[in-house]
Amino acid sequence: MSAERFGILTGINGNMARVEFEDYVMQNEVAFILHNEERLKSEVIRVAGNIAELQIYEDTKGLKLGEKVEFTGELLSVKLGPGLLGQIFDGLQNPLPQLAEKSGFFLKRGLYLEALDDKAEWEFTPVAKSGQSVKPGEKIGFTKEGIFEHWIMAPFGLKNAATVVKIANKGKYNIKHAVAELKDERGNTSSVTMAQTWPVKVPIASFAEKLKPSKPLVTKIRVIDTLMPVALGGTYCVPGPFGSGKTVLQQLISKHAEIDIVIIAACGERAGEVVETLREFPDLVDPRTKKSLMERTVIICNTSSMPVSARESSVYTAVTIAEYYRQMGLNVLLLADSTSRWAQAMREMSGRLEEIPGEEAFPAYLESRIASFYERAGLVRLHDGSFGSVTIGGTVSPAGGNFEEPVTQATLKVVGAFHGLSRERSDARRYPAIDPLESWSKYTSFIDREEVNRAQAVLKRSYEIKQMMKVVGEEGASLSDFTVYLKGEFIDDVYLQQNAFDEVDAATIEERQKYVFHVLHEIMDAEFNFENKDGARRFFQELRQAFIEWNSSEWQTENFKKQESQIKEKCKKYITA
Amino acid sequence: MQKIYNRIIQIAGNVITVEAKDVCYSDLAEISSMAGRSLAQVIRIDGEKVYLQVFSGSRGISTGDKVRFLGYPMKVSFTENLLGRLFNGAGLPRDNGPTLDENMIEIGGPSVNPAKRIIPRKMIRTGIPMIDVFNSLVESQKLPIFSVPGEPYNELLARIAMQAEVDLIILGGMGLKYDDYLFFRDTLEKSGSLSRAIFFVHTAQDPTVECLLVPDLSLAVAEQFALQGKRVLVLLTDMTNFCDALKEISITMEQIPSNRGYPGDLYSQLASRYEKAVDFDSAGSITILAVTTMPGDDVTHPVPDNTGYITEGQFYLRNKFIEPFGSLSRLKQLVNGKTRKDHRTIMDRMIQLFSDYREALEKQAMGFHVSEWDKKLLKYGKAFEEKMMNLSVDIPLEKALDLGWQILAENFEPAETGIKTELVKEFWPKK
Repeated sequence: MSAERFGILTGINGNMARVEFEDYVMQNEVAFILHNEERLKSEVIRVAGNIAELQIYEDTKGLKLGEKVEFTGELLSVKLGPGLLGQIFDGLQNPLPQLAEKSGFFLKRGLYLEALDDKAEWEFTPVAKSGQSVKPGEKIGFTKEGIFEHWIMAPFGLKNAATVVKIANKGKYNIKHAVAELKDERGNTSSVTMAQTWPVKVPIASFAEKLKPSKPLVTKIRVIDTLMPVALGGTYCVPGPFGSGKTVLQQLISKHAEIDIVIIAACGERAGEVVETLREFPDLVDPRTKKSLMERTVIICNTSSMPVSARESSVYTAVTIAEYYRQMGLNVLLLADSTSRWAQAMREMSGRLEEIPGEEAFPAYLESRIASFYERAGLVRLHDGSFGSVTIGGTVSPAGGNFEEPVTQATLKVVGAFHGLSRERSDARRYPAIDPLESWSKYTSFIDREEVNRAQAVLKRSYEIKQMMKVVGEEGASLSDFTVYLKGEFIDDVYLQQNAFDEVDAATIEERQKYVFHVLHEIMDAEFNFENKDGARRFFQELRQAFIEWNSSEWQTENFKKQESQIKEKCKKYITA
Repeated sequence: MQKIYNRIIQIAGNVITVEAKDVCYSDLAEISSMAGRSLAQVIRIDGEKVYLQVFSGSRGISTGDKVRFLGYPMKVSFTENLLGRLFNGAGLPRDNGPTLDENMIEIGGPSVNPAKRIIPRKMIRTGIPMIDVFNSLVESQKLPIFSVPGEPYNELLARIAMQAEVDLIILGGMGLKYDDYLFFRDTLEKSGSLSRAIFFVHTAQDPTVECLLVPDLSLAVAEQFALQGKRVLVLLTDMTNFCDALKEISITMEQIPSNRGYPGDLYSQLASRYEKAVDFDSAGSITILAVTTMPGDDVTHPVPDNTGYITEGQFYLRNKFIEPFGSLSRLKQLVNGKTRKDHRTIMDRMIQLFSDYREALEKQAMGFHVSEWDKKLLKYGKAFEEKMMNLSVDIPLEKALDLGWQILAENFEPAETGIKTELVKEFWPKK
């Protein structure tokens, strides 16, 4: 297997190359095209006869027929170990700041760097004993990575349980240094370092069992947590036309979600948006840990002008890192923005391979690829009985804002929650622009089911009345209908909408959501005795003002209580017992 | 090394196929035919078959013509001598000046490392209230003007070019009407801005393929100037023509179209150009202002749709106004907090009131009851359209803000505007 294998370049079309080979090639193995001094990374994606077709992760300008291609026999892999947190990688796990140090303003083709610093030393504490049997993924020691205990685990690639032959003493080692020696059933020994590599397209599954997600993930976005919640280990998607606030919503969640680790996969989107995260996060403090947000974040960044095939691999790189931390019993949230760009990358390759296209020229395997990506999310019970989870939230950028297109439809089939953004709402500056009537979730909220149902009914009825009034005018609606309409608008204005620029209102904790929603529920259920429509409108306008001020007063402070009693005073005047 | 081949085995559309060896991907070749000489670029290699996209079109090329490979990709000269010059889509002079061939640089270079970008923070003043006040343009922003054909988008671009506080203007014209080309040239000349401008203009009568090179030429030159610390404004008009040229080539190459005939990589193609907009850490910047005409005023058409996902907002030009709804500068928050303390308030409140005006207008049109408040709104809306939205208004930001207060004061009582008392005290015009 180890003999070097080479091929000869015989065709180039965009980022696809045809290579003639002699021995054998392996599907999806990594190959390098040797162009002068440059080594351009590529992956075998189709083989026919003695011709292999490769997708190249770089710009192909200047490549020449007859150039040598070296096959590596390895699948596209990522390095997993301490030092991932706080990093900014491209889609192939090259650290971008280090690339910038080497090559300046521009990304240089064919320049690849180690993902993890192999000189950095980490304090290793052993937990496994010599002679002990360990399963793949079982903990053998740990080191401190920022605020977390970073567990060093038996390689996920072990076939069966192995015996610990030797284990290092507590001490400082780099990631290349062997910290343990394992012997498998056949008696072969292998050494274990603090880092391991894993192929990105293969899920890490060294756990006892996968469970049904049941605990809600608190995003602190009210409309999500209350009406269409996400569960730890669940999946959700956020489709929306451009300008509807997908990225802003993802950014808010990445800042405020109650989760251990956030992996941001900026896949084929604007570089400027990533820069905001890059420059802001180090200075923002995570209220849970009082540490910089960057310490719980990994950014995988393959923006729209970077090579297309690396865009395809970036989501896999991200999910593999997420799974790695799940193995340590942590809750990980992966935010992929945007999965449509990933799907488009598949479409480009499929077109170059001249495959028979499916709908809108997307390949026929689009659905299965999307499904298997989201299926990598999940809540798992590890071998030691602890739990870890990967939650995946992906944005979708449907062409023309039309949700009937293939990527949105394929995604909707496999996710547990759907947060559809509407142009209508974003034009009206109603943020977050999640459509409360069209969106749904299969998970359960921490808020009382009955109260949620009631609110949804009011919202729906209110919308119907609003539509009706567009035809018959306000004068055509009865006072009671008009009141229901105002109630719906009120819920929308003071609860579903959230001011991202207001420090307090931007994130609402679970306890407060429960409390406030209960107050809101009482108002929804109340019978009001208004004299006329103008009176009703004035009442709700005033109430809205008071409620918005309540929203921006800090939880359980004097001011909070004062605002609350004002709201209750106001209501009393009009409520019939 | 420069071999000459004369076995052209296929001519289809503007793509010819020639049998050749030792050819590099995306290199240039020169074809001599009875129609004259033309450059061509390698767009696909399959064994010995080399596909070339012929810049001046394939008309007049015979299967016996000679093809000479130059051994390098498309390049453009980068010197100070470019300033004030006019070129076509192949980078050749359109004025009567000399051909430039010193310091040739490659076009379509690699992407900027996101880690080397900085958060933009400088506003570009244009003197147009609908931009400066309501949707400020920010250095390094990429912003298209969405419009139907027939709107004065080129006039708007020319005005911004003349008034914007930048060091350098590069105009990339694609499928431009000859009249429009002359209009740009004359307008900039008259205002004295031509000496700090460079034109790469492909007119509607030029060969389609040359249209494809315009953005890359313009942006490659812009990038070099920006690296030297210059603030460059790149104007691209009309990107829809660029996309149509892409479509033409991809159909010729028998690629499977994705949406209304456009190639599946339209998004990546557009992004690799627009993403050249950048604010370099410790150097200059590139700002891109483009025109995207929307066929049939349809924003869901693949070109405006893909563009909208890439750019940082958009201006809608409709009925000769920059439409306040839908128009958006995504970067405005980065700058409009630092101009004058009433900026954001004027921006928000005037637009909200204008939105109420539109509703009142609708009520009026439907024949519903029009209240006293509605009447006030109707009056306000008219004044706003005439004094603010009118594109001929040309005043600096501070004057525009003052004008905003004046319009509000002429139509409303302070309390009706919902503006904080503190600001009213300071800015509300005294009678």
